[in-house]
Amino acid sequence: MRREKWYHRLAVLGMAGALAACLAGCSGGAMSEAAGSGNSQTSAQEAQSGGDEGGASAEGQAAGAEGDTIKVGILHSLSGTMAISETSVRDAEILAIEEINAAGGVLGKQIEYIVEDGASDNATFTEKATKLLENDKVATVFGCWTSASRKAVVPVFENDNGLLWYPVQYEGMESSPNVMYIGAAPNQQIVPAVDYLAENYGTKIFLVGSDYVFPRTANSIIKAQAEAKGYEIVGEEYTPMGHTDYTTIINKIQAAQPDFVFNTLNGDSNVAFFKQLKDAGLSAEDVMTCSVSIAEEEVSGIGASYLDGHLVSWNYYQTTDTPENEKFVAAYKARYGEDRVTDDPIEAGYDAVYLWAAAVEKAGSTDVDAVREAAAGISFDAPEGTITIDGDNQHIYKTVRIGQVNSQGLIDEVWATDEPVKPDPYLSGYDWAAGLSGQS
Amino acid sequence: METFLMQIFNGISVSSIFLLASLGLAVTFGLMGVINMAHGEFIMIGAYTAYVVQNLFRTYLPAAVFDVYVFVAIAASFLAAALFGAVLERLVICRLYGRTEDSLLVTWGVSLTLQQLARSIFGAPNVGVDAPSFMEKSLRVSSTLAFPLKRIFILAIALICLGSVYALMYKSRQGRNIRAVMQNRNMAACLGVNTKRIDCATFAAGCGLAGLAGCALTWIGPIGPTLGTNYIVDTFMTVVVGGAGSILGTVFGSAFIGVGGTTFEFFTNASVGKVLIFACIILLLQFKPKGIFAVRNRALED
Repeated sequence: MRREKWYHRLAVLGMAGALAACLAGCSGGAMSEAAGSGNSQTSAQEAQSGGDEGGASAEGQAAGAEGDTIKVGILHSLSGTMAISETSVRDAEILAIEEINAAGGVLGKQIEYIVEDGASDNATFTEKATKLLENDKVATVFGCWTSASRKAVVPVFENDNGLLWYPVQYEGMESSPNVMYIGAAPNQQIVPAVDYLAENYGTKIFLVGSDYVFPRTANSIIKAQAEAKGYEIVGEEYTPMGHTDYTTIINKIQAAQPDFVFNTLNGDSNVAFFKQLKDAGLSAEDVMTCSVSIAEEEVSGIGASYLDGHLVSWNYYQTTDTPENEKFVAAYKARYGEDRVTDDPIEAGYDAVYLWAAAVEKAGSTDVDAVREAAAGISFDAPEGTITIDGDNQHIYKTVRIGQVNSQGLIDEVWATDEPVKPDPYLSGYDWAAGLSGQS
Repeated sequence: METFLMQIFNGISVSSIFLLASLGLAVTFGLMGVINMAHGEFIMIGAYTAYVVQNLFRTYLPAAVFDVYVFVAIAASFLAAALFGAVLERLVICRLYGRTEDSLLVTWGVSLTLQQLARSIFGAPNVGVDAPSFMEKSLRVSSTLAFPLKRIFILAIALICLGSVYALMYKSRQGRNIRAVMQNRNMAACLGVNTKRIDCATFAAGCGLAGLAGCALTWIGPIGPTLGTNYIVDTFMTVVVGGAGSILGTVFGSAFIGVGGTTFEFFTNASVGKVLIFACIILLLQFKPKGIFAVRNRALED
């Protein structure tokens, strides 16, 4: 009897362990940008041609514009792991809506926004997207951050013929007719960054990333690029989400002596990595790193002193020198507080609202098919400079900028392309990327 | 050779972090038998306390004495987490002794609540804590080999905490009372031990230790609302492997997971290393189901 009770107790221990593992797994899962093999270009065209059939939902969209207001949805994680990044994007989107309303609205109507919390949970994203499209009958939705959450809602948008404006850089290999991709495609962030670093720092590359699909896809792109260009990959390491000890990897980096480290770590792990890099006595002069998931907002959480001198690759920085940006930064700080910073996804969220408004004005209606058609070729003088929607794939022409973190925690531009780069989500313009879109 | 020596140091350093993070759990879970899923959140409370103390020093005191904040922060983290722990024990845990499954669910709920509380107070983004300047240096052994002082400092804190817990549990009257209550609550009560007070104090001490660990972790890792979830699995593993109820077991558990984990990671990679260490733990628990140091304890068996 006594023995049995002991086993009973052990089972409970096991349960506790399993539950703990679940907990860690969940928080990791929410972060992970599971990209899957989303080659949805064909389905995209089908849906586009069959757009007229979506009669019921088209009515739904029209309902979004009834009365004196136009309803739009904002769908971001306001709780859970991803709240760290997504709340600021929501703030920027609300700021843009308020500005447009103050200037007279769209088609003479005020924009009314409905904010929903995706709670860093993909199933919740699906549910809230359905609610926004089917119950609230919003004209469009601005939202999502992780690729996993985007993949979770895309079927809903395709089914109800809604329109999602997605503000974050991602791994490419996707083009849904119901999504406008306002963040960078790989050829607007990762590929030029690797070329820049190889030219300026040397060709021995060490890859460090979180163990999920975005870093693995990004690194498979970099490896194909390295092979074609004659760069050498001297190490490739992945760590589980929420990993907190990087001493072993730093030890491996020191042993491999790379010219630079290309960092695709995501979330909290970056903090541990950079703190421990500095503890090991390695500054940016000793080991240069280039990150694609660290923007101004993340810098303050890591500590500017740990990132001083390291490189990042984005399309926009708070310091970007345009008159529009001066206005944007001032408005954002006035609305949300002097201590807040702006960064690339925040700016993309802000741009998304303006681009949608411009497309609606041009279409003269909030109907999704009309807006999509009108959106092709639309330009907007954004804080990052003039951006244009590419009608072929619904991505954005963007300027690529390499930046260096300074001791104040802001990022100074050190290099930029002369003009906005055409988005190429499938990297079809690069011979070496031929095998990637299928396998990644 | 240097890489090898550095790796040994890394193993010891990671072990000391595990030890520090799980000492509190060794008390609340190991000795008291409460499956405290909110342990990680007490680590988080400690980390945020260190952040608040740092900001107070930066705002109100001259820069020259900034480094002293560390010692204030260590004390404050312990006290803040212990206070939260005492309140939690009085309000919730005290109703759950002997109801292991219930305590598991309830403390999980508490952990989610505390995470959201932190998010509401401090905001969702991570916050930064600067380590004091004397800790930023390294102990240079040769031109290529340098041990970060931070790591050595954390090792020292872990050893001091270990010594204190050992002295408290096995060398003091208070500790004897604690062990008596844990072994046989009714008997201890009959003999005049105030079990309520003992429960509360022990749980608070365990949470305080977690808070202290949180303070130390601010120098090497992220500080955010979900900080605790990064450590909860490892701390439970450490205590279970070592043997619930044995402080010495926790030392061996952390050494096993720390040194084993980093060694596997060095020869393979982080993900595979983690899998291998978990495989080892499963094997070990097959042969020693009560952990490395099984405590023979009649109360635990009933």
